[in-house]
Amino acid sequence: MTHRADRTLVTTGLARVEGEGSMYVRVAGGQVEEVRLDIYEPPRFFEAFLRGRAYTEPPDITARICGICPVAYQTSACQAIEAACGASLPPGLAGLRRLLYCGEWISSHALHIYMLHAPDFLGYPGAVEMARDHRAIVERGLALRRVANAIMATVGGRSIHPVNVRVGGFYRVPAPAELRPLAEQLRTALDLAVETVRWVAGFEFPDFSTDHELLALREPGVYAIERGTLVTSGGRAFTAAQFDEHVIEEHVPHSNALHARLAGLDGSYFTGPLARYSLNSRWLPPAAAESARAAGLGPTCRNPFQSIVVRAVEVVCAVEEAIRLIDEYERPDQPSVPVEPRAGTGHGVSEAPRGVLYHHYVLDAAGTVASAKIVPPTSQNQAAIQDDLRSFVADRLDLDDEALTHQCEQAIRNYDPCISCATHFLKLHVERG
Amino acid sequence: MTAGAGGAAGDGGAAGGSVRRVVVIGVGNEFRRDDGVGPEVLSRLGAAVPDSVRLVASDGEPARMIEAWTGADLAVVVDALQVAGAGLAATGQGGGPAPGRTHRLVIDEVTAEPATAVSSHGLGLGDAIGLARALDLMPARLIVHAVEVTDCGYGVGLTPAVAAAAETVTSAVLRDLRELGVPV
Repeated sequence: MTHRADRTLVTTGLARVEGEGSMYVRVAGGQVEEVRLDIYEPPRFFEAFLRGRAYTEPPDITARICGICPVAYQTSACQAIEAACGASLPPGLAGLRRLLYCGEWISSHALHIYMLHAPDFLGYPGAVEMARDHRAIVERGLALRRVANAIMATVGGRSIHPVNVRVGGFYRVPAPAELRPLAEQLRTALDLAVETVRWVAGFEFPDFSTDHELLALREPGVYAIERGTLVTSGGRAFTAAQFDEHVIEEHVPHSNALHARLAGLDGSYFTGPLARYSLNSRWLPPAAAESARAAGLGPTCRNPFQSIVVRAVEVVCAVEEAIRLIDEYERPDQPSVPVEPRAGTGHGVSEAPRGVLYHHYVLDAAGTVASAKIVPPTSQNQAAIQDDLRSFVADRLDLDDEALTHQCEQAIRNYDPCISCATHFLKLHVERG
Repeated sequence: MTAGAGGAAGDGGAAGGSVRRVVVIGVGNEFRRDDGVGPEVLSRLGAAVPDSVRLVASDGEPARMIEAWTGADLAVVVDALQVAGAGLAATGQGGGPAPGRTHRLVIDEVTAEPATAVSSHGLGLGDAIGLARALDLMPARLIVHAVEVTDCGYGVGLTPAVAAAAETVTSAVLRDLRELGVPV
């Protein structure tokens, strides 16, 4: 259809990524001339929507940005506002916050591994077709999600857009007896999670690696999830309050999204499972560390196609951590600590399943939000995804359009981009004879 | 698929006194205007149905949809529907998009295939049904109420036609529940 040395690949309505987006690749004279990932993302709307709201509201409002990672939005929002108001959580409440976040990691990663990403490796157009041939495997994925949703429902109040989270902690904290059945489910889920690593480690991965700088949270002693300081593979270390000095956002003409870059860095950077693993693998809990070793992962992983293995290792980690947190759980005396409004600025970061999620709020003396800024992981990763596509395409110009388009889509899915996670509606097409 | 309200008589009622497992799933996002019609119907149903009827808010993600309806005797899904305007207008039959128009689709065990007229963008109800069929996780009976929408931009509040349809669909869902013998 198009000349091999001069062709255009366009995919609109990218399949199996969350939300809406399109990909555009133009090849001319045997050279990759242009690569664009056009995305439309909702956080900017929410920033405007938050102005004038009470300081207690951002966790609930921002949770609606994403159906897949509401806990991430709630957590980053809570931490930013708590920082602005000078509050901090005692260990019991902090542990519960991490437990809830583990639920979200398991849920989001199991969805991506089983429903969105594995079909690429096994040659199916989607999870429905894969399920027809691999029923037991897909059921394992759904079983992991059930456990995750049980955590979200028990700690968060319900499994989507948890309603139990508030600035300063929770509205209600569960009794240990409510968490014990979860621990039993989680012990079974640990086996499923380990089997998942074994399964995806057997996939064939294209020989491909990136040299982007990596950005992740770090909390020495544990695998950072719900809090930490920021570190990069290039040796930077900075706090949430310094985020805006290090991460610069820029408008790009073809996209509603802002592109992020690290100040003073020529190349692009990315955040997410590969970055977390490569910067923090030494702090994986035992079963996750053993799974990673058995899967053949070294201390770092720079092949984005292997992100599916890293996600599976992170599921093991989240299940293990959830079990530990429940085993150590003592019901806090109070479900939340008081958070009194005051004029100030607060910054919050956490590791959403897709990577670092940053919130920044300015409050007036009454606690009204004067300004809000949200930097989601997908806008941070967009430049890296485009760079990957460019070098990936350049090495594969011998493929026909269909195969190349498919592999490019797969390269995008490696990053599990959450492009516009706020809306789902049916499309209706009617043909009348 | 059978359309209309006629197909439910055989399995309705509380015959035998067994407890019917019923779930109503409202799909959508109330921060995307008309996309919030599913959650709006859920909140209207909240005061009208007994505790035995589970009301589940959903983002439409298939695994969660399947989890919500697995084992149900009846699952009712309320979702927003975007109509491809050009295709309908081209028919010349006055069948263009009509914000607020409602559709009721019944998918049960005798249905051979899910509605080909309904396809979802990305992962959605079509995938949920496909996946549930592949895994034998369909509810005994699935009723979909779809409301044609016009504005799914950022913001809260339904457009007037869709708000009116939310009331219509709430009544229709209550009729579905009554047919099964749920005291509403």
